[in-house]
Amino acid sequence: MSNEARREDGSTPNPAPYSFGGEWSPSAVEIERRIARKKQVRRKALIAAISSILVLGTLATIVITSPGWKVLSATFFHWSYGFQVLPKILLGFFESNLILTLIASVSVAFFGLVIALIRTSRSAALTPFRILATIYVDLFRGIPMLLVIFLVGFGIPALQLKGVTNNVFILGIIAVIITYSAYVAEVIRSGILTVHPSQRAAARSLGLSNFQTLRHVVLPQAIRRVTPPLLNDLVALIKDTGLVSILGVTDAIRAAQIEASRTFNYTPYVMAAIIFLCVTIPLTRFTDRTLRKSIERQNAQGQA
Amino acid sequence: MRIPVLEISEVRKAFGSEVVLEDISITVPEHTATVLIGASGSGKSTLLRCINLLELVDDGTIKLDGQEITSVAANPDEIRRKLGMVFQSFNLFPHMKVLDNIILAPMRVHGISRDEASEKAIELLKRFGLSEKADQYPDRLSGGQQQRVAIIRSLAVQPRLLLLDEVTSALDPVLVNEVLSTVRDLKDHGMTMVLATHEMGFAKQVADEVCFLEKGRILEWGSPEQMLENPTNPRTKDFLQRVHEAGRL
Ligand SMILES: Nc1ncnc2c1ncn2[C@@H]1O[C@H](COP(=O)(O)OP(=O)(O)O)[C@@H](O)[C@H]1O
Ligand SMILES: [Mg+2]
Repeated sequence: MSNEARREDGSTPNPAPYSFGGEWSPSAVEIERRIARKKQVRRKALIAAISSILVLGTLATIVITSPGWKVLSATFFHWSYGFQVLPKILLGFFESNLILTLIASVSVAFFGLVIALIRTSRSAALTPFRILATIYVDLFRGIPMLLVIFLVGFGIPALQLKGVTNNVFILGIIAVIITYSAYVAEVIRSGILTVHPSQRAAARSLGLSNFQTLRHVVLPQAIRRVTPPLLNDLVALIKDTGLVSILGVTDAIRAAQIEASRTFNYTPYVMAAIIFLCVTIPLTRFTDRTLRKSIERQNAQGQA
Repeated sequence: MRIPVLEISEVRKAFGSEVVLEDISITVPEHTATVLIGASGSGKSTLLRCINLLELVDDGTIKLDGQEITSVAANPDEIRRKLGMVFQSFNLFPHMKVLDNIILAPMRVHGISRDEASEKAIELLKRFGLSEKADQYPDRLSGGQQQRVAIIRSLAVQPRLLLLDEVTSALDPVLVNEVLSTVRDLKDHGMTMVLATHEMGFAKQVADEVCFLEKGRILEWGSPEQMLENPTNPRTKDFLQRVHEAGRL
């Protein structure tokens, strides 16, 4: 498409190094083909528009004309009330969810990588750590995160150990880190395992040590391959930070809950949802694009 | 007499119960090329991988410049610094540009500065007509160019011995020659090498000695003229006949 467009306005940036007799201009066949193609494109756009209007319009009509719509919209979409409580919810989001996401994602990246490296290493000295890491991953991938939050958030303070924090915010972060490190470790490990052994052999035969091979050859390729699933996990992490509200952390969800239970109007929840969407939708789009690019890159490599 | 660069004596290697190499003895003096020929599965790659310590031998010894590298006390990382290896499938690092592929080992293993390593790498690329590819990623290069970069990468650490494992087998026929002439050039400059190949015409040009492997044993060895034109062992004859029929001589 872009090539055609360039040719049509007659300003090819790279003129062909050789020529077979003068300036090229589209033949009658080609011109006809282009007109036909344009017609096709127009028709497809029309069909897409009509079907969208029909389907979405019908759905909207069903919802809006339903008997309970008036009541529902008053309790969930009371916008003026929503904007009135927005600052409180935003404060909760920035003070808790966002900070929690930042601290947790950095820690999870670190611990996930360390666990993945331990699990993929073959060194004899690391055997006990390998066993522990495997147990850890199996355990925390198998327990619902809500339970981990309960266990850490209520269990640790109950032990009444000296010098151990009772701060629910910190305990919440720890619970999130524990759970997500197990997931991320597995994603990174799968990336490491997909790097072909011949890459290792090539690096070792150049004299690189085991660690250097990992650092310069295996990990860069592994991380590149698992970037899309890791970004997916980041989106999930952002949403799951809301779960720590059950410990009493005043995050966006908890702030909304406090408001909603005061007025019996649920618009604060909708506001909280919108705030989460403002962060997660761009990130999801970005993830999609990264995934598409990484697939394109792998296809290109397959062809070479 | 000078100590040979490589001295393999009575090497044996088995994978489980499958014996892949048996009673292999080869001596490679400095500035000579030893060519391994033999059918697929005869053990050529395994032998090269044993020399490079990518596999451990089950018996026998391998000496590099008189030092036994199969000894338990030997440090594999140190020994591999003196060896270069080129693989059938190139094995360039796809996430690094051509230049970075080449300077990785000089920088990380030999502690040469980036500038100095780059300068030497560009010199090598120029010598083999690849200087304009320095800033490209390997997947933008043709197979022949990739393999030549792989050869340059193994040369950049100035190895005592170069191991080449069927370096043209994965290439289109039209690309084979540029790689072979690169190897020939190295031989002419005095590089000591051991190579496995199915290109008999090429073997005749570069080999000082040819060894015929079958089922992990050296059945016959000798000068390229004798081995490729007047082999005495009927199995060697048979093998050459089959290669000839496949149209590679
Ligand atoms: N890592 C391995 N594990 C088990 N068997 C192997 C391994 N590597 C090679 N072999 C076997 O060793 C034999 C020789 O293989 P190879 O050295 O690759 O032969 P060539 O390079 O001459 O084709 C083959 O039968 C092959 O199946
Ligand atoms: Mg082989």
